[in-house]
Amino acid sequence: MRLSRSLIIGAVLSAAVLAMALLSFAWTPYSHTAMNIPDKLQTPSAAHWLGTDHFGRDILSMVMVGARTSIAVALVAVGIGIALGVPLGLAAAARRGTWLDEVIMRGNDLIFAFPSLVIAILITAIFGPGAVNAIIAIGIFNIPVFARVTRGGALSLWEREFVMAARVAGKSTPRISFEHILPNVTNLLIVQGTIQFSLGILAEAALSYVGLGAQPPTPSWGRMLADAQTMVALAPHIALVPGLAIVLTVLGLNLMGDGLRDLLDPRIRVQR
Amino acid sequence: MLRYALKRLTSLVISLAFASLVIFFVTEVAPGDPARFMLGMNAQEDTVAALRSELGLDGSKAERYLDWVSGMAVGDFGTSYTYRTSVGGMIADRLWISLPLALYALALSTAIAFPAGIYAAARRGRPGDMGVMGATQLGIAVPNFWFAMMLVLIFAINLRWFSAGGFPGWDKGLWTGIKALTLPAIALALPQAAILARVMRSSLLDTLGEDFMRTARAKGLTRRQALWRHGLRNALIPVLTIIGLQFSFLLAGAIIIEQVFYLPGLGRLVFQSITQRDLIVVESVVMLLVFSVILVNFLVDLAYAAVDPRLRQRA
Repeated sequence: MRLSRSLIIGAVLSAAVLAMALLSFAWTPYSHTAMNIPDKLQTPSAAHWLGTDHFGRDILSMVMVGARTSIAVALVAVGIGIALGVPLGLAAAARRGTWLDEVIMRGNDLIFAFPSLVIAILITAIFGPGAVNAIIAIGIFNIPVFARVTRGGALSLWEREFVMAARVAGKSTPRISFEHILPNVTNLLIVQGTIQFSLGILAEAALSYVGLGAQPPTPSWGRMLADAQTMVALAPHIALVPGLAIVLTVLGLNLMGDGLRDLLDPRIRVQR
Repeated sequence: MLRYALKRLTSLVISLAFASLVIFFVTEVAPGDPARFMLGMNAQEDTVAALRSELGLDGSKAERYLDWVSGMAVGDFGTSYTYRTSVGGMIADRLWISLPLALYALALSTAIAFPAGIYAAARRGRPGDMGVMGATQLGIAVPNFWFAMMLVLIFAINLRWFSAGGFPGWDKGLWTGIKALTLPAIALALPQAAILARVMRSSLLDTLGEDFMRTARAKGLTRRQALWRHGLRNALIPVLTIIGLQFSFLLAGAIIIEQVFYLPGLGRLVFQSITQRDLIVVESVVMLLVFSVILVNFLVDLAYAAVDPRLRQRA
């Protein structure tokens, strides 16, 4: 099994962002909230590797702590999608062709029809801005994605011999779903999870940018960009750094998702 | 075909009904009473009650929902709590910016994606293909509002080719309007163009492997001739579906991009109404966006069925 180049690059980028987020719990060059007005809007230097913002806060420290927010929001949103979407998908596949399948899949179609960002804006606007509401707003739209992927993968498995054997052995449908079907769709879920994770990072950034994501003093990449907007002419680096952090994270996750799909989906491997 | 269309129409109506229920009730549970918000915290109870009655807020939830939905069905979106003017009028004014912006971005995205996708497919596995695919990976990873800020930095602040934001109005001339929407449209189009180019490429590659392409080559057409005469037309079907779906991303994306460029479109109207607790405007704009998305998807489904008989039979 050969690891593809995109998997390696993607995994390295993603690991670097994760390491940066984890390191920020133990160490950041400066406190991410410490203001130092005399040192404001400094360009990158030995003292401040990525410069300072309009309050003199160290941008590297803010980006490091901001990675935590982005990862946490996107990760929990993916968790919501998996926790609710996978059982729904398994149930729909187990009862394929029945009213249950129809209700679950039509419900999915309905959620798919909504422009997710608009609804996320509605939810966070109504229930108040904040990381928790952002998670819920992003997470809701992950549910149908995982339900559909799980059902799609599970349908053909139900026709396979090992499932028949489990049935003959007297196992119940839910037990077969969890013991035999679920492990066999895990690969699909890992690939989809990576993609949804990267979409979650982008969605969190967009919500924070319009002021509906994590609130101060919790730093987030989206809000750093919103703060930078009026300063961009004076100090381009304060807009450049958080933006590049988002791009590299999402790029890393997408490359990793592509690489994992090539690695885990035998059909694609054969085609190559 | 008629049966298929009717089936899709039923699902369109169900989707719309469901969407309106969700939007209405999500907005209803919002903390804060619009009447009290407008009058301030020290207002007398009876004044607040009178305003609530005037705004039509004192009816039961079911009554108000039916009022709202039946009004919208005939184009009456109600009256804004804050500005006391017709919500329909406010939306129409803003639509003159948001809609051209979304369409402009759609045109740009298609204009970039088609040649890029075709070029990559024709050079599969070669450096040209890898270059295009690498660029699309980057395009998908870039948040469009950040890209917008970078465009402002380069083309408005440094080069001074465009203004950094705002909209002069269509009455200042078509060209002035288009110019003001150019940077926002480019920012909006980039991620969609990247996705579309990838779809175009993979769809063309799928088509290139089909039997009729082999037949075309066997008849003596060159690779390029076969690609243009037979491959492209067949590859377009899934691409057109994606273009339809992208419309929803563009409208939603426009909400964020309008913030970057201070464009007085639907997005700014939504955010402004949220801060003023002008919930009827928020509800109506969101419903309009959802409606247009569901409608476009419906039309795409119909168009798809019209060109691909297999879909009609399955239904």
